[in-house]
Amino acid sequence: MTVRVGVVVFPGSNCDRDTLRGLELAGAEAVALWHEQASLDGVAAVVLPGGFAYGDYLRAGVIARFSPVMRAVAAFAADGGLVLGICNGFQVLAEAGLVPGALLRNRGLRFLGRDVRIAAERLDTPFTALVGDGRPLRLPIAHGEGCYFADEATLDELERDGQVLFRYVDAGGTRARAEGDPANPNGSLRAIAGVLNAHGNVAGLMPHPERASDALLGSDDGLPILRSLVEAASRAAHAPVSEVADRAPVAVGS
Amino acid sequence: MSEFRFAVNVAPKPGILDPQGRAVEGSLGHLGVEGVTGVRVGRRVELTVEAATESEARATVDRLAHELFANPLIEAFEIERIELPAEVAR
Repeated sequence: MTVRVGVVVFPGSNCDRDTLRGLELAGAEAVALWHEQASLDGVAAVVLPGGFAYGDYLRAGVIARFSPVMRAVAAFAADGGLVLGICNGFQVLAEAGLVPGALLRNRGLRFLGRDVRIAAERLDTPFTALVGDGRPLRLPIAHGEGCYFADEATLDELERDGQVLFRYVDAGGTRARAEGDPANPNGSLRAIAGVLNAHGNVAGLMPHPERASDALLGSDDGLPILRSLVEAASRAAHAPVSEVADRAPVAVGS
Repeated sequence: MSEFRFAVNVAPKPGILDPQGRAVEGSLGHLGVEGVTGVRVGRRVELTVEAATESEARATVDRLAHELFANPLIEAFEIERIELPAEVAR
């Protein structure tokens, strides 16, 4: 049985098609969820894709946060549902307070579209279980506001609690410095490229796994991230009813 | 009910990296201006609120500033009252 994974489409999303395709390559039945709908159509996981939701007006991600679908996503996440935000999706999650921290303007001010390398800090999460041995992954970035920020106390907590999911690294896998290191494209504090919420069921990352989900695209290093999510979603969808009792019904037969 | 006009001035909190402010400051030399430091770039949102009293209107603006106009993790804001010549009781 194929698990259903939803991809939210905001006005201004532009990676939704790629993400639907990447999730299909990862083995899911991927369905689009329009921003005005208040239900998640019984999907077993949700991905917030990249783009410029609501034109990135005011602050990237902030207006999307108040859309009907995000109320449903927040309730889904509170019930333990799996949510992944990619790039603009990460910004939406941060603005919604579903993952810690904020994404500031890139330290170098420019919009950056190029490949970077990241390494998973944890290989035991729904987003990284199939990533392998923690070797660097080569993934594209495309963002103007990707500089991860949280105050020092929060950063310490994230590290202590294992909530740092990915960091920018150089080709040899060495963690990038916060400033003046080309391996850290946007100047993210502690080279953080992706984080988890406290419960470990919501993750955000700036690089685009879906743009590296097929060797034809130059790299398929992103596919294991999507496959990890699809596999974890599949387990969640087939969990005994008691474990998902307070969640929206999951359509496993479709 | 009356209409009350406000401005919300949002700026990066002290200590928060402000690349825009830094870039602007870096350009000042090209204008031949020296001795200017501490440039911070923020945004200003102006709005009109219909309410019975100014304090009620201000409470609405305060809520919007906290939840929407500013991200309290990284930004601070000040609410400023703007006098409207056209401000009339309805």
